[in-house]
Amino acid sequence: MPAVALSTLVPGESATIVAIHTEGPLHQRLLAMGFRAGKLIELIRRARFSGPLQVRIGTTDILLRQNEAEKILVKKT
Amino acid sequence: MKRIALLGMPNTGKSTLFNRMTGASARVGNWPGITVELLTGKIILGEDIVELIDLPGIYDLHGFSEDEQVVRHFLHDNVPDLALIVLNATQIERQLSLLLQLKNINLNMVVLLNMSDEAKKFGITIDAAKMSEALGIPIFLLSAKYGAGYDVALQAVTKALRYTTPGLAEHLRDQLKSDGQIEAEMARVLQHSVQVPSRLPDNLTDHLDRLMLHPWLGLPIFFGIMYLLFQAIFFFGQPLQNGVSDLLTWLRDTAVAPLLSSLPVVIQGLLLDGIYNGLSTVAAFVPLIVLFFLFMAIVEDTGYLSRAAFLMDALMAKMGLDGRSFVMLLMGFGCNVPALMGTRVMRSRSLRLLTMLVIPFSLCSARLQVFVFITAALFSPKTAPLVLFSLYLFSFATAILTALLFKRFLPNNEPFVLELPPYRFPTLRQLVLRGWHEVYHFIHRASKFIVAGVVLVWLLTHLPPSAAPASADTFSGILGTWLHPLFKPIGITAELTIALLFGFVAKEIVIGSLAVIYGLGGQALSHSLALQLDWVQAYSFMLFTLIYTPCLSTIATLRSESKNNGFMMFSIVWSLVLAWLASFVFYQGARALGY
Repeated sequence: MPAVALSTLVPGESATIVAIHTEGPLHQRLLAMGFRAGKLIELIRRARFSGPLQVRIGTTDILLRQNEAEKILVKKT
Repeated sequence: MKRIALLGMPNTGKSTLFNRMTGASARVGNWPGITVELLTGKIILGEDIVELIDLPGIYDLHGFSEDEQVVRHFLHDNVPDLALIVLNATQIERQLSLLLQLKNINLNMVVLLNMSDEAKKFGITIDAAKMSEALGIPIFLLSAKYGAGYDVALQAVTKALRYTTPGLAEHLRDQLKSDGQIEAEMARVLQHSVQVPSRLPDNLTDHLDRLMLHPWLGLPIFFGIMYLLFQAIFFFGQPLQNGVSDLLTWLRDTAVAPLLSSLPVVIQGLLLDGIYNGLSTVAAFVPLIVLFFLFMAIVEDTGYLSRAAFLMDALMAKMGLDGRSFVMLLMGFGCNVPALMGTRVMRSRSLRLLTMLVIPFSLCSARLQVFVFITAALFSPKTAPLVLFSLYLFSFATAILTALLFKRFLPNNEPFVLELPPYRFPTLRQLVLRGWHEVYHFIHRASKFIVAGVVLVWLLTHLPPSAAPASADTFSGILGTWLHPLFKPIGITAELTIALLFGFVAKEIVIGSLAVIYGLGGQALSHSLALQLDWVQAYSFMLFTLIYTPCLSTIATLRSESKNNGFMMFSIVWSLVLAWLASFVFYQGARALGY
């Protein structure tokens, strides 16, 4: 199955992180929050009005905007 | 003196541990980034006096936000004798990366896996002894909030303090290993010592969030909670305030006045009508303030702030702000100063400045006192809470308007990435600490600003001695008459103008100075106000009070946080202009409609 952007998942769907196409400080922050290639990620919910996404990696829940989620590639499991 | 630094990621409970170790009341809350400053305390460990330093949380050693730089500079300039690393045990899998980074710079360290009670509930088992062996660092399980494991950890800290940090933390970045190496080492350590269930059990947080973050119900629930909170504050707080006020008036009549009766009349006037009336009118608000901050503490400690950020981010984005800006606005309801400092977690300067520009419109607890007093004096018990709620709506509206007007001058594309912590319950101990902290803070401000303010108001309303007190011939009368043309179009009387002038220093003084100007305290002042003002004038006065510059402390914080005098001046001028315009439109509009 081809890799898709994290932002395309629907709530309840799980996927494996393939690549993180961010740079600089944002990249560091994402790594520290547990975003790493090979990790399992689940989309929990989306806020209304194209608001942020709530994702879960391991035991950490993270909010991030659509914009950032587009830069994270995942493979659905 | 030996020095211990508390280090770890945001929201891992460093300040909770700091409070437990030092007996201090540093502000804690379930929000990543609640501590943005260095806090220090001295404790006795073994036979030595040791300095303990609470640092802001950091995600990693090369972070770029201001609070992360604070930590990096601190480590660079003051190598601690011992670093107490606090990690969230439930997130050990990823927080280990920070520990490994810190280990590489050769700090003498003890590791505490905090929130071990929560980890247990998640079904995560950690073998601290095995992990300790794999890393060659002492590691202990702890619950800083409830105290489990605390004594053992403290013994280990005392023991570790006998050895000092061998290396120097210079060239931090150079010494950091590449991420790849850290990842390999993480896997090695975790493999034998930690077991995490592959799927987390469905817990209370998930259930609650299904409702609180519901696509359609989430926002109405949020506003419903806010409305109920403010209703509750008015419902419980206003009678409390009246009670204390009556008590202080009784004390004045039965004890203080007879005691001072031998003094000259002028001195009596200054002490009784000036200082006592002014201070007691302000002091009557202490129970209301404590109540307010208890509610705030519950909201902050449960973790609901991050949920508010989730719900509001999309709307805030349209104003050039983000979910965190909204959380800072909410924190500003307590006090604008810590909310302004809380913006340090933002990296983009434009976003920070825009957020700092809107925070002063947040209806802080000092302004709440003015509004509770005036709404109770001029509106019926049924409408008063609604009037108060409408002022909160105006507070949001002015913040939104300001952001919309100025966002194009401060564009930003700061990414929004935020942790969502699970719901947690505040302990009674934390609530008591917070309540005490706010009383202390209030008394501190009272002794600094309020006494000086009311004395000055008394002098202005009683000098020169030839003039009748509070008449047009006194200094305050002259000042009031002089400024009156500016305030007449918005329905504000000369007496209220003087109160507004002093409100520039701190809003706590506003009601205190009215007490001095009218020479009345407590309930008598309410009745007198009700006779002299109609509701349109009173509302216009409250609008002005809400929107213009909150206090000198806020101005000083705006300056120190922005490091820009121009920005500070702009914020003052804009809030004055907006306050006048809003009051003008309201007052003239209401009059034109025949009210």
